[in-house]
Amino acid sequence: MTATANLPAKSLEVGTPRRSPRHFILLGGLILALLALVAIAAPLIAPHDPESVDVHRVLGAPDLQHPFGSDVLGRDVASRVIYGLRASLLVSVSAVLASLILAVPLGLLAGYFGRWVDSTISRTLDLILVFPAMLLAVTFIAILGPGSVIAALAIAVIYLPILARVMRTSTLIVARNDYVAGSRARGASHLRVLVTHVAPNAFGPAIVQASVLSAFALQLEAGLSFLGLGTQPPTPSLGGMLADGREVLIQAPWVEIFPGLVIVVAVLGFTFLGEGLRRIFDPRGVGE
Amino acid sequence: MADLLRVEHLRKSYTSGRPWGRKPPPALNDVSVSVARGRTLGLVGESGSGKSTLGRCILGLTRPDSGAVIFDGVEVQALSGRALADFRRRVQPVFQDPFGSLDPRWSAGRSVRESLDCFGIGAPADRERRVLDLFDRVGLNPALAGRLPTHLSGGQRQRVGIAAALASEPELIIADEPVSALDMSVQAQILNLLMDLQKDLGVASVFISHDLGVVEHVSDEIAVMYRGEIVETGDTETVMTSPRHDYTRTLLAAIPRPRSSAPRRPPCPQPT
Repeated sequence: MTATANLPAKSLEVGTPRRSPRHFILLGGLILALLALVAIAAPLIAPHDPESVDVHRVLGAPDLQHPFGSDVLGRDVASRVIYGLRASLLVSVSAVLASLILAVPLGLLAGYFGRWVDSTISRTLDLILVFPAMLLAVTFIAILGPGSVIAALAIAVIYLPILARVMRTSTLIVARNDYVAGSRARGASHLRVLVTHVAPNAFGPAIVQASVLSAFALQLEAGLSFLGLGTQPPTPSLGGMLADGREVLIQAPWVEIFPGLVIVVAVLGFTFLGEGLRRIFDPRGVGE
Repeated sequence: MADLLRVEHLRKSYTSGRPWGRKPPPALNDVSVSVARGRTLGLVGESGSGKSTLGRCILGLTRPDSGAVIFDGVEVQALSGRALADFRRRVQPVFQDPFGSLDPRWSAGRSVRESLDCFGIGAPADRERRVLDLFDRVGLNPALAGRLPTHLSGGQRQRVGIAAALASEPELIIADEPVSALDMSVQAQILNLLMDLQKDLGVASVFISHDLGVVEHVSDEIAVMYRGEIVETGDTETVMTSPRHDYTRTLLAAIPRPRSSAPRRPPCPQPT
């Protein structure tokens, strides 16, 4: 957790304008790589079983055996944070990926063909945008029942119009280029033009948006789990741990603080990565 | 002699996107031109006069509201499938912007190769060699085939664009402002290249430009466009020396020329 202490100072340093985007990507990538490693290797790293209850260690303070202390049921907070991170990252990243996989073709079609194809796709997706994100997620879960898969699905649906819109806009810009018209004249089919010319050149902004949205997805997942609508206990999740720790905040702050810190670090990681990528793809920027 | 390309009473207007407000004037208003085999038609006019729209209609990239584009006796709008592919192979574009006409992610060689792959010209193994031949043909070092467009100069990019257009051995080239984005010395090189190629290969072309001076240099015939209409057509010689329409005269007057009749500047007084 030493990285957390360094972050504010560091972010100020790299936050100066005209700094190379490489710093952001490096910093964000490093944070995320570390977190991903911890999440993947959870069974190897976790010092204890995250779900084993120990009545003798209820709200135990941090010590060498339990570096982050233990919670209301005497479960090891460190192990629960590691497993919780795994669950949260899995839900948020897969949700954004699922959203991206649907949004890219939709945005491409809308931006490239325009007219009624665009109106149909854009207006349909606008319907989703009408509802606030949290309300939509809660409604989804109210209908389909709580759980991490449903939470991921809800998050994917919420971000679909945002990603599709970004993809549509960059497609509109790319499709104006002469090499797109030229490719048609050189005998390429619409599909071939879309796949070989338009998609690769229009993809950048969507990747940036996906990276930034991953940060929001993580928070949304934590929020849903906090409300008991996401990952279900006893499976640990960062949001669920926040809910557990809330009641014992004064006696045992470690139950609340550590999962909270991990959320902050992960969100920062995604944000830095997104910012770095944005600077590379920003048409006004000098890039590398 | 039968014309290779005939454009008959073409009309096209773009919607302004708003149901209220003034309707924009049509981009093409009853435009008719023709090009014979191996000849060059220069299309002149100011920005927004509809010349590029005409070019896109001829290429079959934009659908006109009414009228017909007839290439080698066949109406282009009616084509589909193999016949459309065959038409596309025979009519190729050269674009203005040397940045926008090449995919920034594709090497120069791949851009030239695109039409060979799409039209299935030659054996796949043979295409690489054809690409290098084309580079040679347009005066480019074949070693540049692996470069990305960002690592080529404007003139080199335009040569790549011309090579890509020539790859499918077209009979008609639609060159839309092919030299406007280049500086003067490079303009001359590219114009000479285009004229040489035309002489060697017998390709007909429609040469679109706002610069009457450039068009005069390359064209057999000239059509002057103004606000979506052809206001004057004729042999280059005739149009340049005895223009009939006021707009053509205005364009002619805009060509910078050394004025031999202008009074010489008095010599600088020499210090005594």
